[in-house]
Amino acid sequence: MDLAYTEEEEDFRARLREWLGSVLPGLPGKPDPGDWPGRRAYDAGWQRLLYDAGYAGLHWPADAGGRGATPTQHLIFLEETERAGAPYVGANFVGLLHAGPTIAAEGTAEQRARWLPPVLRGDEMWCQGFSEPDAGSDLASLRTRAVRDGDGYVVSGQKIWTSHAEVADWCELLVRTDAEAPKHRGISWLAMRMDSPGVTVRPLRTLAGSTEFAEMFLDEVRVPVSHLVGAENDGWRVTMVTLSFERGTAFVGEVVACRRTLDALAAEARRSGRWDDAVLRRRLGRLGAEFRALWRLTQWNVSEAQASGGVPGIGGSVFKLRYSEARQELYEAAAEVLGAGDALDLDREWVLDRLSSLSYTIAAGTSQIQRSIVAERILGLPKGR
Amino acid sequence: MDFQLSEDQRALRAGIRELLAGRFGRDRMRAAHEGGGGVDRALWRELGKAGFFALRLPEAAGGVGLGLPESVLMFEEVGRALLPGPLAATQLAAGVVKGAAEGEAVVALAEPGRPVEHLDGADALLVLDGDRTRVLTGGVLRRVVDGARPVRSLDPGTPLWRVPGLAAYEGEALPDGARLRCEGALLAAAEQLGGAARSLEAAVQHAGERQQFGAPIGAFQAVKHLCAGMLVRAEPARSAVYAAAVTGDPVEAAGAKLLADRAAVDNARDCLQVHGGMGFTWEADVHLRLKRAWLRSGQWLTAAEAEEVLAADLGHSGAGGCRAHACDATDP
Repeated sequence: MDLAYTEEEEDFRARLREWLGSVLPGLPGKPDPGDWPGRRAYDAGWQRLLYDAGYAGLHWPADAGGRGATPTQHLIFLEETERAGAPYVGANFVGLLHAGPTIAAEGTAEQRARWLPPVLRGDEMWCQGFSEPDAGSDLASLRTRAVRDGDGYVVSGQKIWTSHAEVADWCELLVRTDAEAPKHRGISWLAMRMDSPGVTVRPLRTLAGSTEFAEMFLDEVRVPVSHLVGAENDGWRVTMVTLSFERGTAFVGEVVACRRTLDALAAEARRSGRWDDAVLRRRLGRLGAEFRALWRLTQWNVSEAQASGGVPGIGGSVFKLRYSEARQELYEAAAEVLGAGDALDLDREWVLDRLSSLSYTIAAGTSQIQRSIVAERILGLPKGR
Repeated sequence: MDFQLSEDQRALRAGIRELLAGRFGRDRMRAAHEGGGGVDRALWRELGKAGFFALRLPEAAGGVGLGLPESVLMFEEVGRALLPGPLAATQLAAGVVKGAAEGEAVVALAEPGRPVEHLDGADALLVLDGDRTRVLTGGVLRRVVDGARPVRSLDPGTPLWRVPGLAAYEGEALPDGARLRCEGALLAAAEQLGGAARSLEAAVQHAGERQQFGAPIGAFQAVKHLCAGMLVRAEPARSAVYAAAVTGDPVEAAGAKLLADRAAVDNARDCLQVHGGMGFTWEADVHLRLKRAWLRSGQWLTAAEAEEVLAADLGHSGAGGCRAHACDATDP
């Protein structure tokens, strides 16, 4: 067990830190949360800066245009960008963390050449067309149909919880290509242009008042067969590749963010005098232990992934379960620190974050689904219901 | 960064696991708990011969010359095997108390307000009393034992004694009591981690075998999710304990103890729940792990103390900022 970073890793960190110090002061101000075109432009601009500096697709394999960095370097990247207060991946989330790695792993040479470079440059944004009104946790029950017609598929159905759909150029779309097959075996993974005729996006309002996700209606949308990633009816396996990336690495940087938030919360409590309340103080101390442990668990998982060839492991489910709950506990504590008055004031950033944190035990597989995954795939308990 | 066990560490862990399986298997473990407890001196010596107590003494002083991470891995095995006794205090006193390093001496731990375990069989008493850390031996120790009264112990593997007026007894003062306490807390945390992991294994095994409604109970989501929850408690605690062993940072050690205590207690309780009515019987081992977990909780460092240590570390930078050491390379 060695938590020290190698000289090479420390070099990487030093160069990254220096670059962040040179580039962040010149960034434009963050756009208003409701201004989606503004947010897209902002996120694309940040991605372009990363690309020009050679930090785009850090953890992608080199033959997919990435840097082929080790998981540890990726960890350092997330740590340093968060520490420096750099922008989040934002609207590039699906492209960089889901669709991109999936195409890199499963796509043909042509597909990789067509879709990956624009993601890395920030030129094209992706959204995720997985969930449906009747197929959320039971994703394999999806009903959106794709019928082969010449060199294309004709797609009809409805998707929901499609994050960033309003500003996306492409959608990683799961469709049913064989209605007769067992439900996991008749699914295919398509890349669909969002400006195709027949695509209608209607923003949904979250309980936090924001419109970061949408419902999407597909009415006889034509998608070329060349946009099929992986084999026809093999989409479930391809999707599992996507999800392993999501659960393995997508939340790593946020632990660092939570540590900062907790520090800020403690500082606020010290200022306001609430720190004298031992119950509250000890509660914050306990959260300190949780986020420290989650950070160490991240390092453990990354080390394990590195030792086993860089594939994110199933340990991501353990992390995601605890992280999503700890994050909610953090904002419950925040409400107590703020006090009865300010905890109701939507202009306080913490109040909005408290609302947003409610999605964490649902998004990317509910806690209940994650527990079943942990029990069956890690602990080896029998399948059941 | 390579936060995985090295080959040597794996071998060390396997060695102690094998030793304990051979010398302290289930029958011996049950017998030790049925017979009113007490330290098994022969096994204690054998552990001494294997280098258990001298693990961290320098080779020049006849020790094994290993570090806190190796100690932690060994104490995790102690916790798994439910081996009773003041093993942490004895290892920490090796080099100070004659015979402790060889497994010839038993060093018990005394903390204000807590009963002392295995006092009657102790050759020395390590007293943690605020900033005053000292070792009592010989005539002073005999006077302590004479003034103590036995407690009917919750943990059948651990005889307990109440010691009044501890502050009055003088002994050999030890420097750096804070470090000793931090390391003791970490070794106790490692023991708790072993107990938590063993509870999880026992629950998973039972859930896979026990049939109800025509299926193994592990096929039912309610039971499955209890087991998953146990892993989700144990794994962050494991990362915390191992990392604290590597860094030796007292704040990190406090967090590790806090999480490991909770993992040990709550996993034992959930294991009991998975075992249902069987879990409530004396015959099942579940209660022994729960009682040991309760005993170790708060030993060396209570939850309240750990939380205060962690809290004191928070929030010195002003809102949104990042403290100097929080920006340290390994510790965002």
